[in-house]
Amino acid sequence: MFRETEILQTASQVSSTGGDLEGAGDLVINVGPQHPATHGVLHLVITLNGETIKKVEPHLGYIHRSIEKMCESLTYRQFIYVTSRMDYLSAHMNNHACALCVEKGMQIEVPERAKVVRVIMDELTRIASHELWWGAMAMDVGAFTPFFHAFRERETINEIMEETCGARLTMNYYVPGGLMAELHPDFQKKVKSFITLFKSKIDEYDELVTGNIIFQNRMKGVGYLSAEDAVSFGCSGPTARGSGVSSDIRKLYPYAAYDQVQFDEVLENGCDSFARYMIRIREMKQSVRIIEQLIDNIPEGDFQAKTKAVLKLPKGEFYTRVETARGELGVYIVSEGGTTPYRIKFRSPGFSNLSALDQMARGSKLGDLVAMMGTLDLVIPDIDR
Amino acid sequence: MQNEELKSRITELLPAATYDESGEWLNINVEPSDWPAFASQLRTDASLSFDYMFCLTCIDWKTHLTMVYHLSSTAFRHNIVIKSKLDRNKPEIRTVCTLWKTAELHEREVYEMFGVHFTDHPDLRLLILPEGWEGKNPMRKDYEDPINMIKL
Repeated sequence: MFRETEILQTASQVSSTGGDLEGAGDLVINVGPQHPATHGVLHLVITLNGETIKKVEPHLGYIHRSIEKMCESLTYRQFIYVTSRMDYLSAHMNNHACALCVEKGMQIEVPERAKVVRVIMDELTRIASHELWWGAMAMDVGAFTPFFHAFRERETINEIMEETCGARLTMNYYVPGGLMAELHPDFQKKVKSFITLFKSKIDEYDELVTGNIIFQNRMKGVGYLSAEDAVSFGCSGPTARGSGVSSDIRKLYPYAAYDQVQFDEVLENGCDSFARYMIRIREMKQSVRIIEQLIDNIPEGDFQAKTKAVLKLPKGEFYTRVETARGELGVYIVSEGGTTPYRIKFRSPGFSNLSALDQMARGSKLGDLVAMMGTLDLVIPDIDR
Repeated sequence: MQNEELKSRITELLPAATYDESGEWLNINVEPSDWPAFASQLRTDASLSFDYMFCLTCIDWKTHLTMVYHLSSTAFRHNIVIKSKLDRNKPEIRTVCTLWKTAELHEREVYEMFGVHFTDHPDLRLLILPEGWEGKNPMRKDYEDPINMIKL
């Protein structure tokens, strides 16, 4: 509907003013909702002058399920499962944020074992998510092979998840108070063999893509986002860190066992697509470092704290945030003291990161749009919720 | 700054503000009419410099609506929560998207879900919902949809 009206307006402007009007001669095109480079059902309406982008306008809602409204009628045990369907590539982290929020409200002390396992799981998910992004990113700019390399390693993580959580994508492994089940007996062994495998492959990624001159030419200087804009647009995660903005929730507001491990917050000052690319590559190495420190030191004990059968959050407001693969996920629960949240808000990282796309894209060529969108690492269900 | 210091500095800027300190962060209640000037002070004041808005949302309390702004400072790492009570029948508040660019999309979401009218917003129209949903405000508590809504 939008497309026709917009084009008609442009056409009538041209005819009524003889083509002198600002904006006359602009072309409005649609990218998506069904477009391979949007990685989901994202609809961008792009105003072009020749080949130069004048405006990018996201049209959302193609996969909107109103998760926030749905959660208002689900109990504190039930609503966590729905959130795996938001950012499905960071399902563990979504669950983590919700579990933390309920635990904060109920003042549940989570056993050390659960904390450590949560961190390992989160970091495995981060690697899996970044790998998928890396393969898809390379494919967006024209290299097909990396996709298969990325999926080969990601498959190993999926198998580890499947054994312990019973699912490969929407895990639902975290519950308020700890974990849903005990780890699979082979967990440590499999994770260690994955780490060995992955360490030998990560350098291969650099050889295959990072050092490639064609790839660098496509990425460097593209999608410039200044540090000030990144903060103003509410960007977080690799998008903000690519502009040199320190925003790692794991460092700034440590949760679970992140205060027990040594790792660096990765920062780049390039402010362009290549900087954001490098952030994710380097983050994968940091994730490996975190897992290595913890995998042999999982404390013995309970995996779940004893909680009441029916959870009731006290009256009040609770906000927790975690670092997902895409950035800062905030969970804001307003409780009236009942068994279901009165209002729940998910501050999704993708939503804010997407809003910066217009700023990045203005003035650049249409062909570069894919290279910008790719480095934002958009997951559409996370944006639409 | 700690909550106490924040409170004393904010009282200097806006004596009319009331506080709620029961939560983790300092909650500040402001009148919608005070909000535009106060927001720009929060953003620009050198000792506060709240440059990062990490959450913007609205709550329907059945008798009134409450706008909730979560602000943080990347320089000082302090956080505050601003709340503003709006009339449920004619909710109106000034936009802050010139101060925090992220507010533009978030305000559009609140506009369609809760029907809050943001004055001076450059492009206030539906974002997530398709055409034909103007004025229906599905996130309000009294919204009924017998076909699409499943009640447990």
